[in-house]
Amino acid sequence: MTVIDSRKTPLTFDSIAPGVGLAAALKLSRSDLIATVAASNLRGRGGAGFPTATKWNLAAAAKVSEGECKFVVCNADEGEPGTFKDRVLLTEYAPLVFEGMTIAARAIGATRGILYLRGEYVYLRPPLDAELARLRRAGALGRNIGALAGFDFDIEIRMGAGAYVCGEETALIESLEGQRGEPRNRPPFPVDTGFRDQPTVVNNVETLATVTAIFANGPEAFRALGSERSAGFKLFSVSGDCDAPGVYEFPLGLTLRELLEKVGGTNAKAVQVGGASGVCVPAKAFDRRLAFEDVATGGSIIVFGPHRDMLAVAKNFMEFFREESCGQCTPCREGNHKLLEGILMLERGECSTAYLRELCLLGETMQLASKCGLGQSSPNAFLSIVEHFPEEVLGRSFAAAGGER
Amino acid sequence: MLVGSQQKLQDDIRALVERHGRTRDALLPILQDLQAAQSCVPDFAMQVVADELGLHPAEVYGVVSFYAFLDHRPRGRFVMRLCRTISCELARTAPVARQLENELGIAFGETTRDGRFTLEWAACLGLCDQGPALLVNDRVYTKVTPDRVHAIVEDCRKVFGAHAAQPSAPSAPVHPAAHPQPALAAAKG
Ligand SMILES: Cc1cc2nc3c(=O)[nH]c(=O)nc-3n(C[C@H](O)[C@H](O)[C@H](O)COP(=O)(O)O)c2cc1C
Ligand code: SF4
Ligand code: FES
Repeated sequence: MTVIDSRKTPLTFDSIAPGVGLAAALKLSRSDLIATVAASNLRGRGGAGFPTATKWNLAAAAKVSEGECKFVVCNADEGEPGTFKDRVLLTEYAPLVFEGMTIAARAIGATRGILYLRGEYVYLRPPLDAELARLRRAGALGRNIGALAGFDFDIEIRMGAGAYVCGEETALIESLEGQRGEPRNRPPFPVDTGFRDQPTVVNNVETLATVTAIFANGPEAFRALGSERSAGFKLFSVSGDCDAPGVYEFPLGLTLRELLEKVGGTNAKAVQVGGASGVCVPAKAFDRRLAFEDVATGGSIIVFGPHRDMLAVAKNFMEFFREESCGQCTPCREGNHKLLEGILMLERGECSTAYLRELCLLGETMQLASKCGLGQSSPNAFLSIVEHFPEEVLGRSFAAAGGER
Repeated sequence: MLVGSQQKLQDDIRALVERHGRTRDALLPILQDLQAAQSCVPDFAMQVVADELGLHPAEVYGVVSFYAFLDHRPRGRFVMRLCRTISCELARTAPVARQLENELGIAFGETTRDGRFTLEWAACLGLCDQGPALLVNDRVYTKVTPDRVHAIVEDCRKVFGAHAAQPSAPSAPVHPAAHPQPALAAAKG
């Protein structure tokens, strides 16, 4: 099998021998274990940046029903346009991901783990199954892991089936339960009422691999990197108009300008940060920082060169959301449709400024009124493109769009 | 459908239920295996799965219709999924899409008459640094250009050639990776 190697910088994960992180974690009591994660200041790498230790503490304290157990779910649905770092982690560093799941299980007292792998990554399944079998043989999964009496944990793989919304943690749980992937109301949160209504930690692939790195190298080493509120290193998936697209590791808090220098994209006119649900940052704002306190991101960076038509970009994103909305709530189901319709009108040069203003208000309503993160963030790209590139969006001639009158 | 083949399908589904369990959370794995083995989840199969798991068939249909990778209409033996998301679009998906249509004589969303190929759009395949990206069953093609399309299609056709020697195609539900098709490999363009 030819490996698709997307790595462009050395990764911290390269230097971590399998087994070291787990061994270090299993020396600690469960509360010290979570305290170590807290001391690292790790925040979730899936996009939202929720503090990992807080999530684990809640799940550790939550009660299990009679005859049931707690769950650790690794979110490998990686559907956000422009992200592919989880694919790299699952291909090259799967042992570190599974170790992170095992550490999480120890922390919260879970006995079952599930890797929810997106259907598009079906080719990763055989090697991942083989790795799980190897870990079982090595005693790193199964009963009495690490010779700890009563620490039983095993991991199974479940496949997604081509639905972006199933990356949202409650939709993911619905999908695991054999339902349509429709997000639930929150609260209750999965840490309390998750898979089979039991306490469930859902963490991103990179979060879990990073946990392993934190135990292998110590929380201080991790916290020493990054900014005050965004500790540590992070993987970035870079694509679009640059010399060297691929996966990069940087400490959080670097500016977009610094990133563009490393990837060979300094002449960019805009960068989409955070994928389709993220925001479009124009060149004049390239001093903004990639950090939770500034431009938050799960690591998707899409670079647009000077020649790109930003309305076409917005159109591609809206087509994505119209397709991927689960249709459960009105602001998202109808709103994405309306915004796309508006973009087609803009493209044909048929949209008045007044109507564009209404579309923007609709976008703001969607941000407020949608049930889950998909609808809450789907207008972001459109709104930021309209804000920063009004001259490209308005006043397009009918003929330029290939139309006849 | 012939009674014999209905019986066969019923047996296959029972075997899947044995393997995955009779609980609701076994539904998706059962449907995924069915999809892989039959190239679709036909109405009759939905009925049988519903009976086995004690669900209403409409619930099973609701699940099948929700997921892009499940379909109640027959799909081709090879499902070609071309990414239409932004990074691939920037890398020029459009000419690849046109050439795929030309080569197969069908439009996106359609299946060739001989039941061999289905052409579909996909959302981001997680290969955004390697676009245009194409997934053919569980095989990945990266940096696809229009002039490579013919060879990719021929790769698949070779599998049919190899199969002509075998009298019966496998009909038992199997894991997708066990499906006869080009060796699992990620071709780097
Ligand atoms: C529409 C939508 C899609 C999402 N897709 C993913 C995904 O593919 N992978 C992921 O880790 N998180 C995804 N998330 C975020 C998850 O809901 C959840 O916050 C995350 O898995 C938590 O893990 P973390 O705390 O380790 O980041 C998505 C959220 C939304 C609203
Ligand atoms: S916001 Fe969109 S994706 Fe989320 S629940 Fe509502 S319709 Fe579904
Ligand atoms: S945009 Fe095509 S694979 Fe991500």
